[in-house]
Amino acid sequence: MNPNSRLAARFAALKAENRPALVSYVTAGDPDMATSQRILDGLPGTGVDVIELGMPFSDPMADGPAIQKAALRALKEGQTQAKTLEMVRAFREKDTTTPIVLMGYYNPIYRYGVERFLTDAARAGVDGLIVVDIPPEHDDELCQPAAQHGIDFIRLATPTTDAKRLPKVLGNASGFVYYVSVAGVTGGSAPTPEKLERSVSQLREHTQLPIAVGFGIRTPEQAAIIGRFSDAVVVGSALVDCIEQAATPDEAVKGVHDLARELAQSVRDCREVREPQVS
Amino acid sequence: MNQSAIQPDINGLFGQFGGRFVAETLMPLILELQAEYDTAKDDPEFQRQLAYFQSDYVGRPNPLYFAERLTEHFGGAKIYLKREELNHTGAHKINNCIGQVLLAKRMGKKRIIAETGAGMHGVATATVAARFGLPCVIYMGSTDIERQQPNVFRMKLLGAEVIPVTSGTGTLKDAMNEALRDWVTNVDDTFYIIGTVAGPHPYPAMVRDFQAVIGHETRAQMQEKEGRLPDSLVACIGGGSNAMGLFHPFLNDASVEMIGVEAGGKGVESGQHAASLNGGAPGVLHGNRTYLLQDEDGQIIDAHSISAGLDYPGIGPEHAWLHEQGRVEYVSATDDEALEAFQTCCRLEGIIPALETAHALAEVAKRAPNLPSDHLMVVNLSGRGDKDMMSVAHYLGEKFK
Repeated sequence: MNPNSRLAARFAALKAENRPALVSYVTAGDPDMATSQRILDGLPGTGVDVIELGMPFSDPMADGPAIQKAALRALKEGQTQAKTLEMVRAFREKDTTTPIVLMGYYNPIYRYGVERFLTDAARAGVDGLIVVDIPPEHDDELCQPAAQHGIDFIRLATPTTDAKRLPKVLGNASGFVYYVSVAGVTGGSAPTPEKLERSVSQLREHTQLPIAVGFGIRTPEQAAIIGRFSDAVVVGSALVDCIEQAATPDEAVKGVHDLARELAQSVRDCREVREPQVS
Repeated sequence: MNQSAIQPDINGLFGQFGGRFVAETLMPLILELQAEYDTAKDDPEFQRQLAYFQSDYVGRPNPLYFAERLTEHFGGAKIYLKREELNHTGAHKINNCIGQVLLAKRMGKKRIIAETGAGMHGVATATVAARFGLPCVIYMGSTDIERQQPNVFRMKLLGAEVIPVTSGTGTLKDAMNEALRDWVTNVDDTFYIIGTVAGPHPYPAMVRDFQAVIGHETRAQMQEKEGRLPDSLVACIGGGSNAMGLFHPFLNDASVEMIGVEAGGKGVESGQHAASLNGGAPGVLHGNRTYLLQDEDGQIIDAHSISAGLDYPGIGPEHAWLHEQGRVEYVSATDDEALEAFQTCCRLEGIIPALETAHALAEVAKRAPNLPSDHLMVVNLSGRGDKDMMSVAHYLGEKFK
């Protein structure tokens, strides 16, 4: 991990507080760019620690219905890669400490041009990338170039990633490791906490990086349970659903921020009556 | 240049195209599939089984037929049709499905999934799943379900569950997205039978190898009939499996010209087409880098074709590579040209071709008249057109009244 990065600083601070991070996901430009900017700008105030901002793609193969629809709403309103970077730049005028990780698929980056994208992303204030369709076998495509621009490349580890493969997956990983709780798409159901805890502790044997858990976490209760043994809890589809269900832009902003606030409170409280952090 | 021997490389790359651009959840499985396929390829027992099913179940070898009336009609090249439409299930698709289902059994998989456009791959998959006693789920775009009703019913008769996909425009690419989502969710017990020479490595190479039986037979049959190699090969291209199957065994024969025909829809200049090479740009989708129909922002654009089987915004990565190498010439035929060729073939040869295949025949109509009578041209008659009756009746409209 880039030791001077916002991600490193944020995770170090949280470790000192002995609490997990809340990582929120929303799609850039959903339901439209102006509303999305309001949602984004308000997230740190709700207690979100790390922001994942989705780069909408027409064919999101790894996403369930909620995030598929979010991408389509954003694209319909004319969202582009350039506009997504513009949103980050505008956010950075007000907030210089909350890490932003862009999440999405390779093609829109490839089409934008990898070097040009990384240059513009670094300048806008992007801290990391999660690109689901580039496995470590293709690290030369984006992961290694990103490192040269000081942008962390966050790797996904999954239930199908066995111990033999983990070193390859983690080899060039930086920022944090995203443990995908279930084999499946986003927005599905999470496995039992016992099983997850075992998976996370196995993962710890292979990496010093903070471990985030995501896929299928929807409620403050779930976030609290998973936050006891992980370094970060990622919530996406449940927040995106607030946008879909909103009748007006104001409702969308309020819906996302209200849920984020509840989730943030739960990760702050989750270890209080527990033994100290193990790591 | 010995192209066929070196491609793809160890990462599944044909030049810059191909690769394994999939989510981590699928990576271990794809590596396992590759290892299993590498072993099976050299296993005489696997090859014996494959040959048995190709002959006694699929009905291979199918004829290389001299199309005398088409030849007379165009008054140029001597036209042969490779009769893939005579295979069991009526298209070349089953060549690949038989191979993949044998691999699925070998790997102990309990469930088969597939995507389909025109329904020919869905029918072929449902067929082999029935034969091997495996439950089968087929993803099909809702638009395609509408225009390919007979095939939907066939799949159901064969015991498959057909799941309509409404996302996007409800065509082949959306069906493929949904099949990938199923696969990533049921990764332990499910085998995904991809129907064309696309997707993550090893699919493009594996499907090519299973389809190469088309070219190998053609080579032997032409030798028997004419005592030499053909001069040109013509095939239609959606993902490109029937074309790759015919072309691949001839890639090292410099004298053999190869022409791939993309679906030009309403014309490449209209923007409403499915011609990825002639009207697209390199990008990454569905596990591989290849030419894609996409906008300036890298969003995939919906393809358009009268033929559901060609209605896909990408193309197999090896075709993208052969295109850049200049080894194969890629052209396009419009909906109207395909419909015209469709009727010509029906009336002159008594063969009702698939609308997909009609695109290849449309290129023959342009090319054959200008060639000498000793030019040997092989057209891959990749599928039969029974499934297209309703679409064709609809397009020809008044003529049928």
